[in-house]
Amino acid sequence: MTAVPAGLLPVGKRSRRSAGTTVAAGFLGLVVLAAVFAPPLAPYPPDAVDLSSSLVGTGPEHPLGTDASGQDLLSRVLYGARTSLIAPVLLLAFASVLGVALGTLAAWRGGWVDTLVSRATDVMYAFPGLLFVVLIIAVFGAGMTTSVLGLGLAFAPTIAKYTRSVALSERAKPYIDAYRVQGMGGARICVRHLVPNLARSIAGYLVVLFGEALMSLATLSYLGFGAQPPSSDWGLMVQEGQSAIVQGALLPALVPGTAIAAVVVAFNVVGVRAADRLGSRR
Amino acid sequence: MITAIGRRLAGLFATLLAASFVIFAAVYAAPGDPAVFLAGGRDRLTPERLAAVREQYHLDEPLVVQYGRWLWDCLHLDLGRSFQYGDQVADLLGARFPTTLALVAYATVLFVVLGVGAGILAAVRRGGWVDSAVVGGTTLAASVPSFVGGIALVALFGVQLGWFPVTGSGEGFAGTVHHLTLPAVAMALGALAVISRVTRQAMVDAGAADHVAVARASGIPEGEIVRRHVLRNALGPIITMCGLVTAGMLAGTVAIETVFGLSGIGSLLVGAINSHDFPVAQAVLLLMVTGYVVVTTVVDLVHPLLDPRLEAVRSPA
Repeated sequence: MTAVPAGLLPVGKRSRRSAGTTVAAGFLGLVVLAAVFAPPLAPYPPDAVDLSSSLVGTGPEHPLGTDASGQDLLSRVLYGARTSLIAPVLLLAFASVLGVALGTLAAWRGGWVDTLVSRATDVMYAFPGLLFVVLIIAVFGAGMTTSVLGLGLAFAPTIAKYTRSVALSERAKPYIDAYRVQGMGGARICVRHLVPNLARSIAGYLVVLFGEALMSLATLSYLGFGAQPPSSDWGLMVQEGQSAIVQGALLPALVPGTAIAAVVVAFNVVGVRAADRLGSRR
Repeated sequence: MITAIGRRLAGLFATLLAASFVIFAAVYAAPGDPAVFLAGGRDRLTPERLAAVREQYHLDEPLVVQYGRWLWDCLHLDLGRSFQYGDQVADLLGARFPTTLALVAYATVLFVVLGVGAGILAAVRRGGWVDSAVVGGTTLAASVPSFVGGIALVALFGVQLGWFPVTGSGEGFAGTVHHLTLPAVAMALGALAVISRVTRQAMVDAGAADHVAVARASGIPEGEIVRRHVLRNALGPIITMCGLVTAGMLAGTVAIETVFGLSGIGSLLVGAINSHDFPVAQAVLLLMVTGYVVVTTVVDLVHPLLDPRLEAVRSPA
């Protein structure tokens, strides 16, 4: 995709596009605020069980109703925003440390190191990441830590591949040679100059991956492999609310489900723009 | 050509060997004694079971020998015994696989027809509101995790409207189709975006060729141009992408079968992990990985058959 400077786009197209991005970014801002200020905002503690008000619909007492054990859904969704947002950040942080290190190493050293890293990422590519994480969970047991680390390992090859491709073209630039001529060591050039110059591009790529990371974590929590009760993780809430659907109470599953979908949609909208702005390749 | 196929098949076996070794050796990464782990944890441990596990997995021998014997047994469909169900794992898989296969096949039909159709429509009406609607709608659908989409479908069409059953996989062909419609739609929705986007792009690229302009100038009806001159040349990437998405769906059944209470291999895997039934989990993972790798390889091998130009590029000699 050729980058057209924003000023050259037809006016209508530009404003419509940025309007969508603004709405999505604003929504994400609200979600982050909700997560930060969950304690004062939530009308109830997220784990306050009240069996006398089980599966209540929307009303003044419970704006979004309650689940089967009478927990207030609004409160749980607000608190759930915390785990649901922080976990993908940790996942991507872990994956990008691994991925950027491997990708830079492969691009810088070339030769057999490059071949080894590329073959290893190819093998990881050869089967779906979800299956790899499921294997890890089968071995180490369910839990949020296992899920985050496992998915981090599954995401790392993608980031390594991306880093390798951008690092290869960055390495060919004259300033790298200039540092070399001055006698600077390879490790120092990479850490001090090469990787910092790639940071923008990689950050844009990570924003695009965020939605996928959130979806994968929510799926694991839904399957019972990730967050464990009494957490208010959105994926786990969907699982807990699912049995109420047959009783005609849709809110316990649909409220957290909508939250997941809305945040992922917003991140994907913002991510595409961010990737363009930060000059990430796609 | 022959060497290309040979190289691809060698790659297939290497990948399968690596993947199966990882799945096998994962036992040794588990904390504690592998025999106890394979027997389903400390709380269900009996001396008889421990002895059975040691014999089944040849745990007294070196790792490579164990792996070789395990692989040999797997190839002979001797996948061990499930501790949860007490059955042969191979029988469990055999009983459950048809449901998963039917689900994946149904979802594939749906996303191929709808995704390619939407992509063609978007390409033909490029720049118009239909194009924007297809791109926007499918992108939105891809942003909804399949389990959330599945639950929304259950809530709407299963419970509120009562059009489709909420759980189970049904009897006979009509019953199966009826039961599997919602799960198949839920799986297909996520795939529509990528398929329609690839179709649209391939159609646009193929439509830019000179011979299309010539065909148009010589007065051939637009419908025929799209069908015979544009779509025919765009088929390569479309079919490749359809194959890749289908392969990925095997893993996608893990979530969807759980949502809809279908007893296929996806829900078998989830159940096996939750009840620490590692032999079953191993077998399902091995089956899913094998299916994925084989399908992607087949797609790779079929590609040049559909598009003779590729073969010419690949073997210049």
